[in-house]
Amino acid sequence: MRKHELVIIGAGAAGLSCALASYHAGIKDILILEKEEDAGGILNQCIHTGFGLHTFKEELSGPAYAQRCIDLLSKTSVQIQCSTMVLSVTKEKQLVCSSSQYGLETIQAKAIVFATGCRERSRGAIQIPGSRPAGVLTAGAAQRYLNLDGWMCGKKVIILGSGDIGLIMARRMTLEGAKVVAVAELMPYSNGLPRNIKQCLDDFDIPLYLSHTIVKIEGKDRVSGVVLSQVDEHLQPISGSEKHFDVDTVLLSVGLIPENTLLEQAGAQLHPKTRGPVVDERCMTSLDGIFACGNSLHVHDLVDFVFAEGQRAGYAAAEYLKKTYMDCNVIMVRPEGNISYVLPQKLHTSDTKLLYRVKTPMKNAELILMSKDKVLKRVRKVSLIPSIMEEIAVTKELLQDCDEELIVEVKPWKN
Amino acid sequence: MEELICITCPKGCTLQVEVEQGKVKSITGNSCPRGIVYAENEILHPMRMITSTVRIDGASIARCPVMTSKPVPKEKIFDIMHEIEQIRVNAPVQMNQILKENLCGLDIHLIATRTLNKK
Repeated sequence: MRKHELVIIGAGAAGLSCALASYHAGIKDILILEKEEDAGGILNQCIHTGFGLHTFKEELSGPAYAQRCIDLLSKTSVQIQCSTMVLSVTKEKQLVCSSSQYGLETIQAKAIVFATGCRERSRGAIQIPGSRPAGVLTAGAAQRYLNLDGWMCGKKVIILGSGDIGLIMARRMTLEGAKVVAVAELMPYSNGLPRNIKQCLDDFDIPLYLSHTIVKIEGKDRVSGVVLSQVDEHLQPISGSEKHFDVDTVLLSVGLIPENTLLEQAGAQLHPKTRGPVVDERCMTSLDGIFACGNSLHVHDLVDFVFAEGQRAGYAAAEYLKKTYMDCNVIMVRPEGNISYVLPQKLHTSDTKLLYRVKTPMKNAELILMSKDKVLKRVRKVSLIPSIMEEIAVTKELLQDCDEELIVEVKPWKN
Repeated sequence: MEELICITCPKGCTLQVEVEQGKVKSITGNSCPRGIVYAENEILHPMRMITSTVRIDGASIARCPVMTSKPVPKEKIFDIMHEIEQIRVNAPVQMNQILKENLCGLDIHLIATRTLNKK
């Protein structure tokens, strides 16, 4: 049986940065397992620019960002093994994987990091009525077909969901000659970055229908049209508001779910809101020596944040392997009110930062950290929206004043 | 007063631009110097980066990702896309390699954004 100090599952932005950080923290025996033929993960199909401003101080395309990471790793002893599917992981840190190179084999690790990314929600997850013809794809699948394989998936397109992948694909399909008739969004606000609304929709006069959803997909073998309807404040379709569009393709950009099948089977505790594992500030899951980072932990807005989290997990895994980490009191972190989630869910008394998202947009608010009834920290926030992940630093001193529970809440700002 | 969303980086600052007689008088709301450049261009002559792919033979994938060496005039986007469509390359290709010079007669080149080795 092959043995490695650290095994990382996934060679996307999180896995690659994790390996780099761990290597520079002194761990030389690192193996990355990747199911695709090439390292890089989802970056390889994200050919647009705008990546890397924080990490590399440059604006790079997705593939270029991945290439940077791969080039940095090529100067180290880190091994990347592609075309390898991990089939199971145990809490004793044994991995069973299959590849054409080694066949079916078991690998023993001393620490494991999950950097397995996320999956797209599909038609089944949102239950659109109508027939089930060809031509209904997730935006990411269409992106892969177009940018890696060179296949156009349709000529007349409607996009449901205004997340960034949907917006980017609206522009990409338009540039390649398709007609994107509309982008429809169930919520009264877009979940995409403002810059993507501008440069992907406004630039090409693609209408954005807020508070709208698809209520019917038509077509026998291939999509022939959809019916769009406005929704009320309870997100229910309003009768009489239906509009018909002739399209041959429906792209879905309706959310991402962290990929944690293996981690769940290994027995790690998952969080119902993030759909990722419950972790502490080291990114360690409820299983000793098993870590998670990147989009498999929670869905991020920017690859630079994924990169940074990968580094944190890589450094923590190195500390764990070197046994330099001192265990101390655990504080549970609990979101309240309009806070959708906070990460990490568990804290030890150390300097760290909390990441959080709100459920609905808020203007002129304040973020409050509390322990029982005692306010530990207040920060004014001019604007908070669900599509932007926020962070707040907490210090060791602050946490020393904390009970066994830290409450994170957001309220309207009152001087 | 015109309001623009800066598209230079994912931060997406909201810029307030004062325009007088077709000239930019003042720009506020930017958090870096690039916001100024963006707003001036956007008012007088909007520019955009183009990213796309070209056909590649002999590599592990069918398309090589590319970008323009600098932002292009917005009204030229589809002319340039048409020219990009005609290009075919063979592996190997190095990241930052110029695949086509002077797109549409402009001083703008097409650059590979990924290294693709021969399979």
